[in-house]
Amino acid sequence: MTSRPGEVVRFRFDGRDYEGRRGDTLAAALLANGVRRVSTSVQLGQPRGIFSAGGEEPNALVQIETPFPEPMLPATTVEICDGLVATGLPGKGRLADRPDPARYDTVHAHCDVLVVGAGPAGLMAAAEAARGGARVILADERPAPGGSLLGTAEAVDGLPGRRWAAERAAELDGLADVRVLCRTTVFGHYDDNYLVAVERRTNHLGAAAPATTARERIWRIRARRVVHATGAHERFPAFAGNDLPGVMLAGAARTYVNQYGVRPGRRAVVLTTNDTAYPAALDLAAAGIEIAAIVDVRQAPGEEWARRCAERGIDVLTGHVVTAARGAGELSSVVVAPEDGGQARDVPADLLLVSGGWTPVVHLFSQAGGTLRFDEEIGAFVPGDTQARDVRLAVEVAGSARGVPTLSGCLRDGAEAGRRALAAAGFAVPDQAPPPAVEDEPAAAPARHLWLVPAADGDGDDYREHFVDLQRDVTVADVLRATGAGLRSVEHVKRYTTAGTAHDQGRTSGLLTSAITAHALGLDVADLGVTTFRAPYAPVSFAALAGRDRGHLHDPVRVTAMHDWHVARGAPLENVGQWKRPWYYPLDGEDMTAAVLRECRAAREDVAMMDASTLGKIDVIGPDAAELLDRLYTNMMSTLPVGSIRYGVMCRPDGMVFDDGTVIRLAEDHFLATTTTGNAAAVLDWMEEWLQTEWPSLRVHCTSVTEQWATVALVGPRSREVLAGLAPGLDVGNASFPFMTWRDAEVAGIPARVCRISFSGELAYEINVRSWYGLALWEAVNAAGVTPYGTETMHVLRAEKGYPIIGQDTDGTVTPQDLGMAWVVSKKKADFIGKRSFSRADTVRPDRKQLVGLLPEDTGRLLPEGVHLVEPGGTRALGHVTSGYRSAALGRTFALALISGGRERVGERLHAAMGEEMIPVTVTHHVLYDPEGARRDG
Amino acid sequence: MAERRNADRRSADRRSPLAGFAARFETASAGGALRLAEIPFLTQLNLRVDAKSPAAERIGRALGTTLPVEPGSAVRSGDLTVLWLGPDEWLVLGPDEGEAEIGAGGAGLRDRLVEAAGSADGHVSVVDVSAQRTTLVLAGARARDVLAHGCALDLHPRVFGPGRCAQTLLARAQVVLVARETDEFWVLCRSSFAGYVAEWLLDAAAEYVT
Repeated sequence: MTSRPGEVVRFRFDGRDYEGRRGDTLAAALLANGVRRVSTSVQLGQPRGIFSAGGEEPNALVQIETPFPEPMLPATTVEICDGLVATGLPGKGRLADRPDPARYDTVHAHCDVLVVGAGPAGLMAAAEAARGGARVILADERPAPGGSLLGTAEAVDGLPGRRWAAERAAELDGLADVRVLCRTTVFGHYDDNYLVAVERRTNHLGAAAPATTARERIWRIRARRVVHATGAHERFPAFAGNDLPGVMLAGAARTYVNQYGVRPGRRAVVLTTNDTAYPAALDLAAAGIEIAAIVDVRQAPGEEWARRCAERGIDVLTGHVVTAARGAGELSSVVVAPEDGGQARDVPADLLLVSGGWTPVVHLFSQAGGTLRFDEEIGAFVPGDTQARDVRLAVEVAGSARGVPTLSGCLRDGAEAGRRALAAAGFAVPDQAPPPAVEDEPAAAPARHLWLVPAADGDGDDYREHFVDLQRDVTVADVLRATGAGLRSVEHVKRYTTAGTAHDQGRTSGLLTSAITAHALGLDVADLGVTTFRAPYAPVSFAALAGRDRGHLHDPVRVTAMHDWHVARGAPLENVGQWKRPWYYPLDGEDMTAAVLRECRAAREDVAMMDASTLGKIDVIGPDAAELLDRLYTNMMSTLPVGSIRYGVMCRPDGMVFDDGTVIRLAEDHFLATTTTGNAAAVLDWMEEWLQTEWPSLRVHCTSVTEQWATVALVGPRSREVLAGLAPGLDVGNASFPFMTWRDAEVAGIPARVCRISFSGELAYEINVRSWYGLALWEAVNAAGVTPYGTETMHVLRAEKGYPIIGQDTDGTVTPQDLGMAWVVSKKKADFIGKRSFSRADTVRPDRKQLVGLLPEDTGRLLPEGVHLVEPGGTRALGHVTSGYRSAALGRTFALALISGGRERVGERLHAAMGEEMIPVTVTHHVLYDPEGARRDG
Repeated sequence: MAERRNADRRSADRRSPLAGFAARFETASAGGALRLAEIPFLTQLNLRVDAKSPAAERIGRALGTTLPVEPGSAVRSGDLTVLWLGPDEWLVLGPDEGEAEIGAGGAGLRDRLVEAAGSADGHVSVVDVSAQRTTLVLAGARARDVLAHGCALDLHPRVFGPGRCAQTLLARAQVVLVARETDEFWVLCRSSFAGYVAEWLLDAAAEYVT
């Protein structure tokens, strides 16, 4: 085998250096180097070898170390590259301890026909669909198209199968509306033909992988029709020692010989229940592997196969079984005996090929909602009627995925499925082309479905070496224990034994588990059924699913027009929903506490500014705009004069506060409503929901203008003076521009709408300009000697005034009355959302939690949010702190809290429970600063 | 004079959401497979009106084209584009009008539409949303491939060719997507999301521009 052709690839496995060939899987390369023990099993610690040649591998799991650590990959699917370092897994893998530098991405794709599987049937289906002009995607999990042709080396149209497949695929890929995806596993088939696949794009390139190419790509595919040409997996019967390294599926051994030029052993015994192991044995013999015997559980194989074996001098033992595989750590001999109980003999061999028949890969079909039926001929479940009364699927199934046994049959079946899909997708179906020619296809004799070779002594305990699920180390004894415990459903047996729950999801073992269970219960496996198939068909890495949604693209970051200025000024940012808002602006040497106290003083004693652009803004226009707002807000909006502004609260029908903000009347039929930063989209949705579902007769349109405007809040006793300087054309006098009114003006030469509103209790303005001018306005205001402040100072200033933040001081269980804002609830309006709830017994009970202020006796003690309050000596929680700050204006710390019957408790002494410590506090009215409101006019 | 000075100053003061990305867009466009650029300051008006009303007809005359009523369609009329956003909602795009005042004033597009709408029948809303979103142009042979990384819609030319538009998601941001030419798309995104969308597009384009 050292003379295999091809480019040499060097890799390392379990600490030893090896050479393989370009295109080898790790499994093929290991077999070529005589490595037969690859891993140890997860429960029993048994040595395990390579059992299959594809993604169904239950045994040979490896940990990749280089190029990048990845756990639990089947060696049968890892393509070797120079510098690959891997180790055999002792059951469990290990994730990388460093960030993955590779890219991962997603593509959304649409097609008329998606064909899953590029074997003989899939290639023909795709070719027919493409010939009719459909948009086609053909996906296959292997590196090259061909499916079974890769391993069987059968000829099609006079060409070696692999070449025939490559040529067909290349023709297809050259068409404008066809996409051929190799190394792409379709792992989920969801409703309405939405399928998800993962493409492995660079793993096989190793260090040569381009940095800009995604390592793995998730394909999200919408297909009008899907053709499942997913093929079949070979299965095996349960017999003693069937987990030893050296026991291998017959088709897999054939693949190693034909596709990779690798001999997986020197002397082989073949155990089979059907004819497909015969060409495998003959191919192995032709490659120089001695076939010690073919053990056929049937009375007779196909005549032509018997003849060819005789011609090659291969001993065929019909009516025999393998009762045990033996060896220390790996296979050394096979015990063969007549099934009806004759003399057993020990046949020396290092390879035991097994074939228990072929199980159609119906996972995706079943995920899509398709029902299965048992096919007696192939002894497996196959797709049922796709057009059954209660399940109409836009799906075709073709080839061995629905039990078609021959190559010529699969080619024909695929073409027909492609034509059905084409017609169903609404295309004219072109004339039928002659099917590709297959020459060597001997007639097959019927298979026999043998699941279990009885143990020598027939005792239940003797089934501890009859493996059912190799990956989970589940044996026939385990299944018998489950049925002995009274379990009668395969779903329960699966969960009791863990059979079918491993990485391979029981691809080789699922049907066997059902058959053994049925056998133990005296049932027919056709009646017992198999466990449910669920996505994903194959394991998918989280990194692939995350795609681009990582790091700085993990979630959208929303910023205002002034954002770069905030960052340049060194402001730490606070997350408010997806917005990044400046938290505070530290000067050199300042910590947060010092910065916030300084900013608060500037706002209360001088003049300060804040970026308020993130507030939600909604234009409400129409003859019934005032009526809509009257119904949405608890207070009256229709009486608001044009040119004025009113604060309002919205409640849910249960009377609980949902949002608050100001409403500006721009014209008789035109209002601008502002919302809290985090609720802008929810409030617009709320308005639309009521307009569209309950009040479609109201003539109102609502339009989001949140980002049309940038807003600078100008706050403090000197704000009028600063505004006058920036807006010489604006009469800023208190009488001509009173509180809660707005004016259009030029500010710093920029067209602006100036609103006299205050969220701090100070004389204040909010200057709105089109967001393009936000930065220019900000810089102009700042240049007038105004101190910038961030969200923390905003919170302190509003809390000193007892203004709640919806979502911080409220939690969906708080009424306006609880917040001390009974004044905002209209007594005159006939109705508004939430009104009815204000007369419910629960909303008027006196011990509701109400918003109060708290003053810690230790004036330096800060109360964290969430701390609970109790009566001194008491244990019953009365409520909790919702906001806690240091106040420059009060010269001490304070807090807001929701406390049961809080307003009645003003003046009481309570304890804030901080773990073991009880902090004495005094309950106060929630407005702690300037309760008379003397400061708002400057 | 003072007015003139103010106008100049405003022009200098105006900054588009993606002004800081110009150089990176240029680099990404250098290879020829893609062209990525911001088209700043387009006039954008959100129009709500009953499509069957006389007001809609008058507005159509003012626009020089009937308001499109086929879902997801976009029509062009001179330098204007009218995008169907909903059964009674359109987005009208026009060239940068510079320094129109906040309220009325000037003979801007908004005023023309408000005038055409009149007040006699029905109710019409014309809302200036020019600064609410910015516009990205993504063009070239690989433009569709880049979008397909983050947009779940079928962008095949037969399905989403010139004259189609959609409100959809690009990655995790809401956008209005417009097919201008076979290989040219406009992506209108909210100003606050523009940086995210630009970063995402540059990342998605990396594979095609190097």
